[in-house]
Parts: sequence; C-alpha cells; structure tokens
Amino acid sequence: MTTAEPETLVTQDMINARGVWGSENTSYPVTESDIRKWAIAVHWPERPPRIHWDADYANGTRWGGIIAPRDFNPFTWPVERPARASAGPVPGQTPKKGENILNGGQADTFSAPIRPGDVVTSRSRLSHWEEREGRHGLTIYAYTETEWHNQSGELVKRRISTGIRY
Amino acid sequence: MTHNIYFEDIEVGQEVPAFERETDFMNWNRYAAVNDEFVYLHMDDAVAKAAGQGEAFGMGNLRWAYVMNALQSWVGDESEVRELSMQFRAINQKHEVLTTRAVVTDKQVEDGEHRVSLDVNVINQDGVAGAPGKAVVVVPSRGS
Repeated sequence: MTTAEPETLVTQDMINARGVWGSENTSYPVTESDIRKWAIAVHWPERPPRIHWDADYANGTRWGGIIAPRDFNPFTWPVERPARASAGPVPGQTPKKGENILNGGQADTFSAPIRPGDVVTSRSRLSHWEEREGRHGLTIYAYTETEWHNQSGELVKRRISTGIRY
Repeated sequence: MTHNIYFEDIEVGQEVPAFERETDFMNWNRYAAVNDEFVYLHMDDAVAKAAGQGEAFGMGNLRWAYVMNALQSWVGDESEVRELSMQFRAINQKHEVLTTRAVVTDKQVEDGEHRVSLDVNVINQDGVAGAPGKAVVVVPSRGS
C-alpha cells in the first residue's frame, strides 16, 4: 500500500508563526576556550590562526584581543534543551513524508565580532516559504530571519537561513 | 599592524587561494562537538540511507566555515568578511576532498568601506560544485 503524497507540507504552526518574532535566546558568556576549540575544529587538522587563541598576538591587532571566527556559534550546549534526541530522522524509524530535514544554506551580514566575555542575544522569525517538487517529491523551503546582538546592543549579525523539509 | 592585501591591488577575476580538506568523521565529529550538532544524519549511515541520502554526510555549516576560512586567510586578521551567503545543494559525502573557490566579481566604495564582492563555492574531487554563494569582504585602501 502506498501513502498518498500530501497536498502541502505547510502546517498551521507555520502559518501562525509567520512574521512573528520568537522569544529571545541569550547565550552563556563566551570564553577563550570556546573560541579556541571552535577555531581548531573548523581548521582541523591544521593549526588555526593566532587571532583566535593567542592573546599576545591578538592584543597587537586592530581588535585589541582575541576574536571568534565569524562562523562561531555562541548558543551551543544549553542545559535546558528540547526533548527530541536529534533533529531529523532517528534510528529504527522510517521517516514520514515531511519529517526529513536538510540545511539549505544561509545569507549572513556580519558586524561586531564576538569576543571572550560576550553575551549574545538572538531572536528569530519565520519569514516566508515556498513549496515545489524536488528530487524527494514535494519539498518545502522555509526562510527564517535571525538577529544577534551583544551585551552592548551592537549588532553581531543578521541571517536569513533556508530550512528544507521533504 | 600588517595588512595582507589592499583594495587597489585586487582585480576582478582574481581567485582567492583555496582552503582544502578531505572530510570524514574526524572533521565532522569535531565540528559536532563544538557546534553541539548531534544529528543522526551526520552520524549514522542507516538513518541517512532511510532518508534517501545514501550514507551519513557532513554538515553544511562546516563547508560554510571552510569558505569563511579561505576568505579570512586571504584578507588577513585586520580585515573583515562583511557578507557571506551559500546554498547547500550537493551533500558532502565521506572522504570527499573539498576545495573552496572564491573569485572577485566587483569592487566598490560604499559607506566609506572598500568592499570587494566575490562568487564562492565548494567543489569536490570530481569537480562537482555543491555550495554556490556570494561574499563581500572589506579591505583597507592604500590611500586611507
């Protein structure tokens, strides 16, 4: 027996959330170790640039100290987190139509760099979406706007991210 | 304070030195650890296969980081990547050799910033370009 393809993957939750800023999320204070580990991971297996881990070097740059790579994410490892084990499909289950997810990409504009001690606040809202037939059948592309500000109110970055669900 | 490159020395069509990595769980697990990104699609071949993707695959955001590394290494610590956009189209499969590509498409002075626009992508060992996008970097001018 085959399951009929749904006519849409748009949910009522999406319709309700469109254009509405969600609650703010505040990071733990960023540490030098957070930045160093991130830089090592994204440059592995080569040594990352000194600006991300060597305070003596970084003090002599225009930044006056260590800064994080622009792709750094300060919102990792919260104590409170969703009950789901993993985003997307999990072992032992055949994902239903609409439960498969992919990261479709993003467009960022960067402003103030993230430094040790920074506390970053984020807010997001679902902007819009489009549905079309793709390699995996009906697929929805949902676009989310996100803004990050630091503890001084400076803009850190703006992002438009694309979430793919099929 | 030393600068890697100046606005006046950059030409349209110029290619940025590539950042290259062979990727597998050694890269992905480190990225998962720092980004708290423990998603079965990136860890479990059976789950990825059930989702129609063949086997566990790499994070799009790690390719994003590789392009960022290439751009930042080119402009140097005193200059900034102002904008980056990428679409994650092809999947990053295990043991692929990924090479970033960034080519200068335009130069302009805007709001007092010397901005250089680029087309970017990440290409695998078979020449498949899987993550097209655009970037803007801000660099110093010799006159300022």
